[in-house]
Amino acid sequence: MVYSYFPGCTLKNKASDLDMYARKSAEVLGITMEEIEEWQCCGGVYPLGANETAPKLASVRALVAAREKGQDLLTLCSACHHVLKRVNNDMAENENIRTKANNYMQLETPYSGETKVVHYLEMLRDVVGFDQLKAKVVNPLKGKKIGAYYGCLLLRPSKVLGMDNPENPTIIEDFIKAIGAVPVIYPYRNECCGGYMTMENKELAKKKSNTVLESAKENGAECVITACPLCMYNLKVNGGVDDLPVYYFTELLAEALGVK
Amino acid sequence: MENNEKELAQLIQEISGLNPKKCMKCGKCSGACPAFHEMEYHPHQFVDMVDRGDVNKLLASKSIWMCLSCFACVERCPRDVKPANFIEAARLALIRQQGCNHLKDEAVPALLDDELPQQAIVSAYRKYKK
Repeated sequence: MVYSYFPGCTLKNKASDLDMYARKSAEVLGITMEEIEEWQCCGGVYPLGANETAPKLASVRALVAAREKGQDLLTLCSACHHVLKRVNNDMAENENIRTKANNYMQLETPYSGETKVVHYLEMLRDVVGFDQLKAKVVNPLKGKKIGAYYGCLLLRPSKVLGMDNPENPTIIEDFIKAIGAVPVIYPYRNECCGGYMTMENKELAKKKSNTVLESAKENGAECVITACPLCMYNLKVNGGVDDLPVYYFTELLAEALGVK
Repeated sequence: MENNEKELAQLIQEISGLNPKKCMKCGKCSGACPAFHEMEYHPHQFVDMVDRGDVNKLLASKSIWMCLSCFACVERCPRDVKPANFIEAARLALIRQQGCNHLKDEAVPALLDDELPQQAIVSAYRKYKK
């Protein structure tokens, strides 16, 4: 299966590991990730104002680029995924945004949300299949107790993101089982790490992150995994609990597949 | 600002594109809010203040800058009111005015460190500045 791939700005820099391990693992799984040419930053956050069209155009360009190649658009960073999926939904459902974006872009064929946006985890679940993934694991992470940290952006609002049950998700736990480890369920796995608040109120980001980590630790986790570079930063730099490392899920995937 | 409080409330409603009257004041949004303790006015109050046109003290409060955009309030609202969108609309009503950016370029270098992801910087620019 060949995907158009949107890495996003952070995966080209501070979160290059998240990207690198995903690419290495994809090769083993028979998935081709074709990076979109000249993609632009998604903006990091989805613009919530009803009359904000310009900040959505970068996402529309990526969505159109995937459509031109007849491919689904693969994402990895939780924030990029969130923004691209929601802008795509606007282009399909919101006539005002769709009309303005299309008028501005003057495409040969107007865009109205045809591209399917797929997160790497959804690709593992729905295209590769967790059973198939399990079969390809050469180095199972036997007995390792892992806390899945979903955060906010992958799940909410669930009507648009549609990845999993927003209050009781299972996709990362199923991933953890597929790589041979043991998922640890803890109450704060889908609560906020503080997000961009680290720029405004570092103390709050610290408090939120430590609440997540302490909750994971109390329930027996030996490490925590995430798909989001900002969650990673908040959990590792603003927060921090002894003997509870935080990894990108792709790093453990690559380890299990023997390509780390 | 004092003279046109109603107009300002109208503007916030317009930017949000949403209807605050849908709110039935159950408070679920505020119960779900991870920044609740940092706020003087809470998500259900934001919605109510916009609805009643009582927005000056809301816009002057630090509360509007505390929202984490985690969408817990949006997800859990039984009436699909979307409190987070009202908070963002209030921010936009402010920062779209000349000289009213909440984040100044000059302040950014001091906020950087070696690990800070690009994502945090672009997000803060979107959330606090025009």
